[in-house]
Amino acid sequence: MTLLLEQVLNGLQYGVTLFLLAAGLTLVFGIMGLINLAHGSLYMIGAFVAARTQAATGSFLLAVPAGMAAAALTGMAVEATILRRLYARDHLDQVLATFGLILFFNEVMAMLFGRQPMMAPIPDFLSGSVTFIPGVPYPVYRLAIIAVGVLVAGGLYGLIVHTRVGMLVRAGATNRDMVRALGVRIGLLYTLVFGLGAMLAGLSGAMVGPLLSVQVGMGDRILISTFVVIVIGGLGSIRGALVGALLVGMIDTLTRAFLPGLLRGVMAAADADSIGAGLSSMAAMILMAVVLMVRPRGLFPAHG
Amino acid sequence: MVETARQRLVAAILVLLLAALPALASLLAMPDLISLGTQVAIYAIATVGLNLLIGTTGLPSFGHAAFFGLGGYVVGILAFHAAEDSAVFGLFPGATDAWIVWPLAIIIAALAALLIGALSLRTAGVSFIMITLAFAQMLFYLFAALKTYGGDDGLGFRRRNALPWVSPRDDVAFYYVCAAALLLVLAGFHLVARSRFGNVLQGIRQSERRMAAIGLRSYRYKLAAFTLAGGVAGLAGALQANMLRFVSPDMLHWTTSGDFMVMVVLGGTGTLFGPVLGAAAMVLLQTWLAQWTEHWMIVMGPLLVAVILLARRGLWGALAGK
Repeated sequence: MTLLLEQVLNGLQYGVTLFLLAAGLTLVFGIMGLINLAHGSLYMIGAFVAARTQAATGSFLLAVPAGMAAAALTGMAVEATILRRLYARDHLDQVLATFGLILFFNEVMAMLFGRQPMMAPIPDFLSGSVTFIPGVPYPVYRLAIIAVGVLVAGGLYGLIVHTRVGMLVRAGATNRDMVRALGVRIGLLYTLVFGLGAMLAGLSGAMVGPLLSVQVGMGDRILISTFVVIVIGGLGSIRGALVGALLVGMIDTLTRAFLPGLLRGVMAAADADSIGAGLSSMAAMILMAVVLMVRPRGLFPAHG
Repeated sequence: MVETARQRLVAAILVLLLAALPALASLLAMPDLISLGTQVAIYAIATVGLNLLIGTTGLPSFGHAAFFGLGGYVVGILAFHAAEDSAVFGLFPGATDAWIVWPLAIIIAALAALLIGALSLRTAGVSFIMITLAFAQMLFYLFAALKTYGGDDGLGFRRRNALPWVSPRDDVAFYYVCAAALLLVLAGFHLVARSRFGNVLQGIRQSERRMAAIGLRSYRYKLAAFTLAGGVAGLAGALQANMLRFVSPDMLHWTTSGDFMVMVVLGGTGTLFGPVLGAAAMVLLQTWLAQWTEHWMIVMGPLLVAVILLARRGLWGALAGK
């Protein structure tokens, strides 16, 4: 039972990481109609810059904003030079061009920082663990990630529901062409939205640095999970991204933790471990397939 | 497709090059050309199938590597059990004869495509791209987890599948086998594109609603195309496994699917010979860039972006005109 609670919290923490990525990706898709494979690269850039800043200055509080800024600036530069030309193209061209960007960014990171994985230390003020549920000590750092995720989700909600920019974002997600026709400076809105999404990806990458190893290609694997999240949630929907991220985070973490144990009951231990790991990697994809069978447009379709 | 005099000329040159490559390799004293040519032919076969989906039908499948890898693993797993003299799933023996293994690779890949297509084709647009990607990744994780068959490290085997009259050690002969398979697949694509079935597929690309309005169930046609393309990819995978005498989950990795899509677009979407040009360009570029610098991706990535942004007709359009 205590193990289950701990794993539920881990799932929540992974879900939050995914949400930070999915929010930007789904906003960009909802408003610009762009499917951006290079979103995972922005996450990687955030992670690398934060880890390197932390190694150089020793300050985690400096590292996170540095990672966010690097990702946001890279994202806006790429948007203004390349991605902008892809908005009117079909999804195939978008996928291929951003696939090219992934190759580029992976190689740039390899040249700048090498192929050896880096590990960022957990900052002192967030180290250790607390026991807020009796019998379940839990690392403070992971709790902090969950808290940041909740804050960001709340902030995004406020931004989108209560501000003028948010109104345009919602209008854009519902009907792009109408927003354009009404004379909104759509280019500025696009760059802002893209920068925001990139910044959140950078934040996600900067925060996972002390938990995972920071290495070239780290963005690719989480990118696919992020796509699973936004397809489950409904393309273009922030609310869908939140629900999808939590679902995928939970399922992935819980199957990873418990499936090998369950399989050990019916097969040899070594087989159970490897097959359990394989099945838990597949679990989120199976969830997506099931959701799309029942609701081909996801749980919360954004476009009417 | 191949109509004007210029297009006929380019097509004839391509077929001639394909036939004369071994002679050319010995003439230029560049034996590497044989293995490069084999690789081009194999990728081209897989890409022709994907071209039927992307170019003819307008279905951007991002999971083509799944069927390529399945075809490869059929060869690898059967060779593994033949060498061990054990039974696959305890049911049937391993095999090394090409006449048994290759058709089996095609059939299993086609069946997988039928299943995955039946589910994926319920969606369209970006969801279709994502769900095909997800299914392919599922198979990738599955094979990476199968420790019996090497898991992450892949599975090597000693000898190519046996063909009558062809020595399994003869690389030139194996090149001709792959080139002949490519020509067969190209002829098949040509026939399909001109058939009623091909017309319907093109109609679906132009307007699915119109096809529905004239009373055709587009889902069935799309599923048939998806299954066919999967089978062709299975053949390519079987040949790839034979070429390397090795299979690994990398064959199913999503970047392999991305490479196939790039080859379709680079060569010329929807054209007969585009996949051959696309595969040749990709293989040669990778080889040359990799000789030049280990960081060849830093050139390849931006090149890809530039091709997508600027050169929309692809190599076939550039060489043979529209």
